[in-house]
Amino acid sequence: MRRRWLVSALVVGALAIVAAGCGGDNGGGGTEGSTDVTGNLSVMAIWGGDEQDSFQAVIDGFTEKYPNVTVKYTSGGDNLAPLLSTAVKGGNPPDLAALGQPGLVQGFAKQGAIQPIDQLHDKIVENFGQAVADVGTVDGKQYALMFKGANKSTIWYNVSSFDEAGVDPPKTWDDLKQDASTLKAAGITPYSVGVDVGWPITDLFENVYIRTAGPEMYDKLAKHEIPWTDQSVKDALTKMKDVVGTSDDMVGGTSGALQTDMPTSVANVFSDNPKGAMVVIGDFAPGVTKTTLEPVDGYNVFTFPSIDDSPPSVVGGGDLFVEFKKSPAADAFLEYLTTPEAAEIWAKRGGFSSPNKNLDTSVYPDEITKATASALADADTFRFDLSDLQPAEFGGTPGQGLFKLFSDFVKNPNDIDSITQQMEAAAKKAYGS
Amino acid sequence: MTDTSTTVEAPAAGLPPKRGAELWSRYGVAAVFLAPALVLLSVWVVYPTLSTIRRSFYDKSGNSFIGLDNYRTLFSDETLRKAIENNLLWLLVVPAFVTAIGLVFAVLLERIRFSVAFKVAVFMPMAISLFAAGVIWRLMYDQDPQQGTINAALAVVKDAVSPTGALPSATPSTDALTGGPDNGMVLNTPLRPGSVAQLGLTGIREEDMPSDATQAVVPEALSGGITGVVWRDFKPGGGTPGKIEQGELGIPNVTVELRDDSGRALERATTEPDGTFSFEDVSQGTYRAAIASKTFVQPYAGVAWLGESLITPAIMMAYIWVWAGFAMVVIAAGLAAIPRDLLEAARTDGASEWAVFRRVTIPLLAPVLSVVFITMLIYVLKVFDIVISIAPGSSQDDANVIALAMWRTSFGGANDLGLGAAIAVFLFLLVIPILALNIRRFRREA
Repeated sequence: MRRRWLVSALVVGALAIVAAGCGGDNGGGGTEGSTDVTGNLSVMAIWGGDEQDSFQAVIDGFTEKYPNVTVKYTSGGDNLAPLLSTAVKGGNPPDLAALGQPGLVQGFAKQGAIQPIDQLHDKIVENFGQAVADVGTVDGKQYALMFKGANKSTIWYNVSSFDEAGVDPPKTWDDLKQDASTLKAAGITPYSVGVDVGWPITDLFENVYIRTAGPEMYDKLAKHEIPWTDQSVKDALTKMKDVVGTSDDMVGGTSGALQTDMPTSVANVFSDNPKGAMVVIGDFAPGVTKTTLEPVDGYNVFTFPSIDDSPPSVVGGGDLFVEFKKSPAADAFLEYLTTPEAAEIWAKRGGFSSPNKNLDTSVYPDEITKATASALADADTFRFDLSDLQPAEFGGTPGQGLFKLFSDFVKNPNDIDSITQQMEAAAKKAYGS
Repeated sequence: MTDTSTTVEAPAAGLPPKRGAELWSRYGVAAVFLAPALVLLSVWVVYPTLSTIRRSFYDKSGNSFIGLDNYRTLFSDETLRKAIENNLLWLLVVPAFVTAIGLVFAVLLERIRFSVAFKVAVFMPMAISLFAAGVIWRLMYDQDPQQGTINAALAVVKDAVSPTGALPSATPSTDALTGGPDNGMVLNTPLRPGSVAQLGLTGIREEDMPSDATQAVVPEALSGGITGVVWRDFKPGGGTPGKIEQGELGIPNVTVELRDDSGRALERATTEPDGTFSFEDVSQGTYRAAIASKTFVQPYAGVAWLGESLITPAIMMAYIWVWAGFAMVVIAAGLAAIPRDLLEAARTDGASEWAVFRRVTIPLLAPVLSVVFITMLIYVLKVFDIVISIAPGSSQDDANVIALAMWRTSFGGANDLGLGAAIAVFLFLLVIPILALNIRRFRREA
């Protein structure tokens, strides 16, 4: 990997500056008897801008307790994954990093690049529940801690469109279908769909699948233990046709939906002259578009409805903290992140959903975040975004694998047999079996 | 560099004792001056090139040597093959068009007044980056005529030819009505004199209802005539389809046709504010009531410029728009340098303007035209930014070109740097013959 030496050099250089910048600061009165832990920590995550400020506030909460530890945060932005792989190859990764994909955690764990944090396992289960702990487990060892979550089991709607058609947020899939047809009768296009490069549709599929097939099958499909040609996949695709199967139900019809990117699909709904009434997209929707509408009164959210009495299930994502270099300071930092008080600091500032069940949801700044975040923390079933669990060439690459095939499905929703065969073929190739 | 070495040899034969100093002053100074450039070139060009070539023989992880496998994938993978095909299409179409359009502009603009103003206008796109041009064109190509300039223009033409109906989005509220924009919506039940027809429609926005609409009513039956009502069969929550309820409005100013059994329109009536209409003095027999098809004429849906089939031509057009100015300016400069007396001589000999252009101007311009053409060939091979900025994610596969495929493969998710490197090497190999051609031409001209 000599080709990357330059990048590594830059990273190493940056880290050296970071280390140099971290001065003495050895005096001072300790609180809670934690002055014994000393050291410098470097932390990397994708967060920049407001998110970086918020995370810095979380860090400040830590350094208040551990005055002899200096924590330096560096934003890796969208290039975090290649940046970290390069740093690992160059032998100088940061002490800690937050990764968006469990697949990366697995990769690093198998390489031996990250250290197990088994001592935190009980604390993680206690605060986040078994499902979240499992997401960070590789080969029976705890490697990662999901500090920040994203709830992708949400559907956003335009309140005035719902009022005009006289419909209420649905609780079940049948209600959703009924609402959609009532909206249509009122002359309002029910769904705004942004196929984008395909991932928003994979999110829709995952939500339908976990409800129609159940979490056990979801896990099997995620590990490719059952083929994509399985009847359960076909059934879920058939259900998806209720949303993406009829051209007139979507803003701009099928061809319009295919050309719409995700932010536009949200803007279509979050507008005082909405083109569509609902958009199926994760809890990050308000952040991707500018709108004159007020939350709750202008736009609002409901939980992805239950299908045939399925229990509350959340498909989501999150940022998983891993430890590249073991040190008492790094362990202390991760332990701190398991606490509700660490989560509270960011939760109060907004733009944050904590998977921490012990966080008092009243600290969220607005009703909507409170609703989506508590749905995330309280879900009976939490599963990580299935496409993020796949090998990247199958589940995470525009123009191939699931992204492409789900776009193709929207393009032609009727040939389910052929599309599932193509999915299976792509999966086999990616899994090398 | 070859020139330097030949000049060195002559004095080298002269004074042997001075040879060391001589060599230093010849080579050493040159080396000192060249060193920075050489170092930079080797760090930024030579090393990365070699490293990329080496990397292309390794797998995704970069750990195992896999020989030519990446190159096999390059030609067998459907997406990548499409990228290569598209690039070939670009090579065939774009340089030729750019050169031809540049030539036409240059020649025509030479003959008009204020040609500088026109030249500036044509050259202007060169002033913005290709990426920005792409963003602009992406907006212009938007399928929604409310947003995309091109489709908006087409919509004006379409509306002049066939105006959008009053209720384009309306659909039947029950199965009692069938049909659509093509033939109007027909009530299935046959009518006789004295019948009352109820034609319920849904799918109409509340805000699209005419302001004079009032509560729909079922009209009285008329002996010897047919009456009926057209209404918006919807109230918040949905109501009961097919039944006129409190709060449901009649639709005024809708043309209702009375058709005979063969579907021919016999009479027409227009609805009142409460949605009612009537046909008086209808003779015995069975009839159908239908809402005229013009009511449902759809608004212009727009051409899907950014859809899978048109995306590549659409991007090419934007690219040609940007580069035509460059071609024009270069060719105009060449044109200005052509000796006028040759053209005059041809004209004096009785050649037509076309013959002068084809037999004199073009041959004299050939070197300039080939510069433009070859430059475009190279640029088109590497085309990237305008493609990524115009093509929406869902049609990037159909718009794919080699450089974009390289970027998407290397950094687009799968992050397969091995395959990405192979694509880069392939692109490099494609550019080499054109570069060689260009260098040879430069030499010849020098």
